[in-house]
Amino acid sequence: MQGLTRDQMAARVARDIPEGACVNLGIGLPTLVANHLPKEREILLHSENGLLGMGPAPAPGAEDMDLINAGKQPVTLLAGGAFFHHADSFAMMRGGHLDICVLGAFQVSERGDLANWHTGAPGAIPAVGGAMDLAIGAKKTYVMMEHQDKSGASKIVPACTYPLTGIACVSRIYTDLAVLDITLDGVLLVEAFNGLSMADIQAVTGVTLIV
Amino acid sequence: MQAAVLPSGVISAVQHQDLNRGRLQSARLLPRLRSQFTNRTVVLYTNYSMIDKRVPDLPTALAGVADGATVLIGGFGGAGQPNELIDALIAQGARDLTIVNNNAGNGERGLAALLKARRVKKIVCSFPRQTDSQVFDALYRRGEIELELVPQGNLAERIRAAGAGIGGFFTPTGYGTALAEGKETRQIGGRGHVLETPIHADVALIKAERGDRWGNLVYRKTARNFGPIMAMAARLTVASVREFAELGELDPEHIITPGIFVQRVVRV
Repeated sequence: MQGLTRDQMAARVARDIPEGACVNLGIGLPTLVANHLPKEREILLHSENGLLGMGPAPAPGAEDMDLINAGKQPVTLLAGGAFFHHADSFAMMRGGHLDICVLGAFQVSERGDLANWHTGAPGAIPAVGGAMDLAIGAKKTYVMMEHQDKSGASKIVPACTYPLTGIACVSRIYTDLAVLDITLDGVLLVEAFNGLSMADIQAVTGVTLIV
Repeated sequence: MQAAVLPSGVISAVQHQDLNRGRLQSARLLPRLRSQFTNRTVVLYTNYSMIDKRVPDLPTALAGVADGATVLIGGFGGAGQPNELIDALIAQGARDLTIVNNNAGNGERGLAALLKARRVKKIVCSFPRQTDSQVFDALYRRGEIELELVPQGNLAERIRAAGAGIGGFFTPTGYGTALAEGKETRQIGGRGHVLETPIHADVALIKAERGDRWGNLVYRKTARNFGPIMAMAARLTVASVREFAELGELDPEHIITPGIFVQRVVRV
């Protein structure tokens, strides 16, 4: 089953981010979305370490290690951007001021539970960062992930088996195969990519889909 | 605080006595003041007539940090990490510390060096595991350091709560997860919340860009991160600055940390 590439997934997510939105892009796959935001749209990117109005990576040689993103990579600030301390930064999330947050995931359950911070594997050192704050904070939490894990198992599951990051917090899932909404009635197939049918998507999805 | 009974013109900050051994610059006044504040010590900065929180060097900046102290250390990754103050804390020698930082040290410098020197019994942080957190990883796997893992926003808000005199707060972050196990919960507005408690500290070590003799601070870009809230939450806040500003030179509309939250400023 041929799905979208990572960049095509990022472009698809970017299409749904409207003019004027304040958005936090999680570390990893979601970071790619920034490269595909239409230049003509004013979109404010938030970085949890304390900036709103984040710009692209600086030119080589212009890096300033006091101006970094949540992944600790050097970034730039757009005109109109602002710095603030950590408690304010997380107030922007928890207080519901961010419009959209895009996160990676190990699993999403059919009621929108998110597991993305810890595999729970024995010996693994746990690290959570801002994952739990982000999951429950924004007005809408989008997940961006491969539809299946490396073993071919569906990452959309009846109930998460990995440790939870947040409960009933995901509103939409973008995978390499489809766009799915978490609704009160179940997981709704919104769009299938590359000509895949409802039956194709259902065959690789661990929960019953509705259309 | 009973500052009103101090002799006219004397400006003071009251600290716990154990933090201020070797730091008392006005010994002449001390016996009288001690008699007024039986279990506390009044510290006078530089002289009797003006506030001056600037200290001449790093050993003075770190003087009096006690064994077993809880120390907030600013920084997110390298940005805002006060490496010079951490090195001075290593030299100062306090042991059995509880360290609060977003991370658990990167590479071999700064916080990682403090861990390597075996001065830390416990670390409170949100994101210990990184590609270059080898010092922490090794101690943790050997069971030689205690870890309290806190979601990043809860960490920030717990520090802020301490500084703001809040006894705790209910937050939706972490509700229903392993990091909320054993904590009091409540449904508020139809949503599950977890009770989180403030993180008070004996000492805060933070990095700012400029500071004046009253302790007013401004920061630089995202190096601000935990500095302003940590400054509020500790009984002794030590700020390193790149340069001193004259009093009045920092635009009062732009001061991020008012000097009331800062006890010592050192130029590095």
